Amino acid sequence: MTIKIKSFGELKELQEKIKAGRDPRKPGITLCVGTGCLAHGAMKVADAFREEIDKRGLSVKIDFRKTGCHGFCERGPMVIISPENIFYQHVKVEDVGDILEKTILKGEVIDGLLYANPQSGEKYVHEDEVPFYKLQTRTVFGMNSKVDPKNMEDYLAVDGYSALAKALAMNPEDIVREVVTANLRGRGGGGFPAGRKWEETSKAKGSPKYVICNADEGDPGAYMDRSLLEGNPHLVLEGMIIGAFAIGSSEGYIYVRNEYPLAVENINVAIKQAREAGLLGENILGSGFSFDLKVNRGGGAFVCGESSALFASLEGRAGEPRAKYVHATEKGLYDKPTNLNNVETWANVPFIIQNGGDWYAGIGTDHSKGTKIFSLVGKINNTGLVEVPMGTSMREIVFDIGGGILNNRKFKAIQTGGPSGGCIPEAYLDMPVDYDELTKVGSMMGSGGMIVMDEGTCMVDLARYFTNFLASESCGKCVPCREGLQRMREILVDITEGRGQEADIELLESLGASIKDGALCALGSSAPNPVLSTIRYFRDEYEAHIKEKRCPAGVCKALITYSVDPAKCTGCTLCAKVCPVGAATGEKKKVHAIDPDKCTRCGACKESCQFDAIIVR
Amino acid sequence: MEEKVSEIVQGYGGDKSYLVPIMQDVQKEFGYLSRDALTAISANLGVPISRVYEVATFYKAFSLKPKGRHHISLCMGTACHVRGAELISGNITDMLKIKDGETSADMEYSFETVGCLGACALGPIIVADGEYHGEMNIAKTTKLLKKLGKKV
Repeated sequence: MTIKIKSFGELKELQEKIKAGRDPRKPGITLCVGTGCLAHGAMKVADAFREEIDKRGLSVKIDFRKTGCHGFCERGPMVIISPENIFYQHVKVEDVGDILEKTILKGEVIDGLLYANPQSGEKYVHEDEVPFYKLQTRTVFGMNSKVDPKNMEDYLAVDGYSALAKALAMNPEDIVREVVTANLRGRGGGGFPAGRKWEETSKAKGSPKYVICNADEGDPGAYMDRSLLEGNPHLVLEGMIIGAFAIGSSEGYIYVRNEYPLAVENINVAIKQAREAGLLGENILGSGFSFDLKVNRGGGAFVCGESSALFASLEGRAGEPRAKYVHATEKGLYDKPTNLNNVETWANVPFIIQNGGDWYAGIGTDHSKGTKIFSLVGKINNTGLVEVPMGTSMREIVFDIGGGILNNRKFKAIQTGGPSGGCIPEAYLDMPVDYDELTKVGSMMGSGGMIVMDEGTCMVDLARYFTNFLASESCGKCVPCREGLQRMREILVDITEGRGQEADIELLESLGASIKDGALCALGSSAPNPVLSTIRYFRDEYEAHIKEKRCPAGVCKALITYSVDPAKCTGCTLCAKVCPVGAATGEKKKVHAIDPDKCTRCGACKESCQFDAIIVR
Repeated sequence: MEEKVSEIVQGYGGDKSYLVPIMQDVQKEFGYLSRDALTAISANLGVPISRVYEVATFYKAFSLKPKGRHHISLCMGTACHVRGAELISGNITDMLKIKDGETSADMEYSFETVGCLGACALGPIIVADGEYHGEMNIAKTTKLLKKLGKKV
C-alpha cells in the first residue's frame, strides 16, 4: 500500500473501500502459520495450497490467507473455511487437494479433519462450537485469525486504526482518563495500573518522552506476546501510537526477543506500512501529531524484561537493573520520562479507546479488569493460548477449555507467573484467576503462563529447575539475588541428589524471605516464590526426599531405581535393546531384569516398554 | 572481517544504542564473536572494548567460541521440562560427550539448551540445524543424532 492517508475522513473512506471490495460470501481458506503451527509443518501445507489453487485455476474464486497464531496450538496446522467457518485440524499436505475438491467446490465437510472431543468423541464442524474456542472471550486475540499480519488492508478491513483516529480527535488528558477508568493493569508481570503510568509520564518534566513496548517475553512456557506481535502487529502499533499521543511522546521503541525472528520481521513490515500510510511518522492522519518507532532486538537475558534493565540494554549496555526510588515515568530511558508497557497491554488500548473505559471496567473482577491471555501448557490436552475474562476459575481454564490432563492422569498442580511465580495445588482449582487472588495463594499473574503438572512431576525437582534458571539469569548486581539464589540452588540440588539434611526446609524458607526483602529488582524479590510455594503446599514431598531419601514422583535420578514388574513383562527384549549401558537384560519371552549398579536411570527402557512393565521407585 | 563489521555498523547509522543488535548481526555473519570481531566493533562504533566485552559476556545469545557444524538446541522451557526434557538432555550429553553449551572437539556438534521456544504443544522440542523436531523422546533423539551422522 502506498497511499498516504491524510485525514480521519480519508481513513474511513479507505476502510469502507476495502470492505466494499470484499465479498463476505466468497469462499476463503485461512491457514494458521504462527510459530507453533510452523513447527507442525504449516509452511509446507501453505505451499501445497498455493500450488493446488493455481493448478486448479481457483485463485480468483477463493481467498487464501495465511495468518498468525489462532491459539489452538495442540491441533496445528489448522484451517478455517469461510464463510461457513468450518474448522479443520492437523491438516497435512495430503489433505490439501481434498479440502479444495470436496469442501470448497462441493460444500462437503471432511469428517476426518474435524476436531473430536477426546473424552466423548463428539465431533464439531464449526470453529465457534469447539469447546476450546466456545468458552473463551477472544476480544484481543480473536482478530489474529482474521488478518494476514503482512497485509495492512486486512487490518483496515476490520476497522483497524479507527481507535487511533478517535483518539487523535480527543484531548490527551481524556485518553489517559479512559485508560484510568478502564483500570487496565500491566499484562507483563507486576500488574501496575497502566493509566497511572501514563498519567505520571504525561505530567513528568523533560523531553523527549519515550514510549516503549516490552516484547522481551522471557517466561518459559508463555508466548502470548509473541503471538500478538507476530499475528497482529498493527494492533500493537495502534495502541502504542495512541499512548504516545496521550503522553506527549514523539519517539518509541519496541524491545523484542531475538529468539522471535518472525515477530521481528512482522513488526518491521507493519512499521514500514504504517509509515507509508501516514499512520506513523510526521503529522499522523493530518492531526499535527508526530511519532516514530524503532525496533531493538534483545540479547537473550531474562532480566531485560525488567524495565530498568531493559533501558540499559536499549542504551547498548549490559542489562542490569537499578533501584527504583526514581520512577521510570520520570527518569527512564536516557534518564528521560518513559512509559513502558508490554505487548498485551498495548494491544488492549485500541479496544478501550473504541468502546470506552467504562465498557472495559465492566469485564472482569473488582480490581482486575478486561480479559487476559493465558498460555496453557505442560501436561494438558489442549496446549494453546486462551483468552478469558479476569476472574474465570482455574478449573474452567484447565478442564473445560484445556480439556483436562494429558493421558487422563491426575492433576497435581498448576504453576503460574513464570519462573518466579508459584505452584498452586488442586485445593485452589475453583479459585477465580485474577491478580490479587493469585498473589494471595503465593503465586502471581506474571505474563500469564500456566504450566499444568500431573503426578509425574516432582515438586522439589521443579523448584530446583526454576531456581537454577533464575540463578543463572541473575545479573549479579545485588548480593541477595546473586549469592542467595546460588545457595538455594545448592541446597535444592543436595535434596534432589539425596544429600538433604534435617533443617534444609527451614533454611530455604529463611533464605527465601531474606532474598525477597533484600533484592534490588523484581527478578530477585520474586525468585524464591517457586521454592516457598512448593514448600507451602508440598512439604511432604520435600520431607520424603530429605528423611526417606525417596522421590515420590519418580523423577530425581539419585533417589530412584528402575526394576521390571514380572507380572507385566512379556520378555519382548525391547528394553534390553534400547538400554545404552547393558543394564537391562533377559532372554526372549522371559522376564527381564535391570542391574541397578549398571543402570544410569536414563529412562530409555521405561519409554520404550509397551507393557508398562518398568517400575520406577 | 573489518569491512563486513564496518558495513553492519553503518547499517545502523553508527548508533551506539544498537550495540546488541550489531553484535548479533556480526555473530550471525561469522558464527561467533572472535577477538578480532569485538575489536572491530569497538573501533567502528567508538565504544570501549571493555564495554563490548562486557556486553558479549553478559548476554546469553553471544558466543566467544566457534560453533560446530551441526547445531542442536534443546528447549528447556517449563512445559518441555515437565514433559521430560531433562532425560533427553542426558541422552544427548551421553551420546555426544559434550555438555550444555559445549562444542565437540572435532567441531561437528554444538549442543545448547535454550529457554522457551514457544511451541509448547510440541514439547519436548529439539531444533537441529534450524529444523524443529517435536514430541521428542529418548529413542527419537538417538535416531535424530544418528541421522546427523553420529556413530554410536
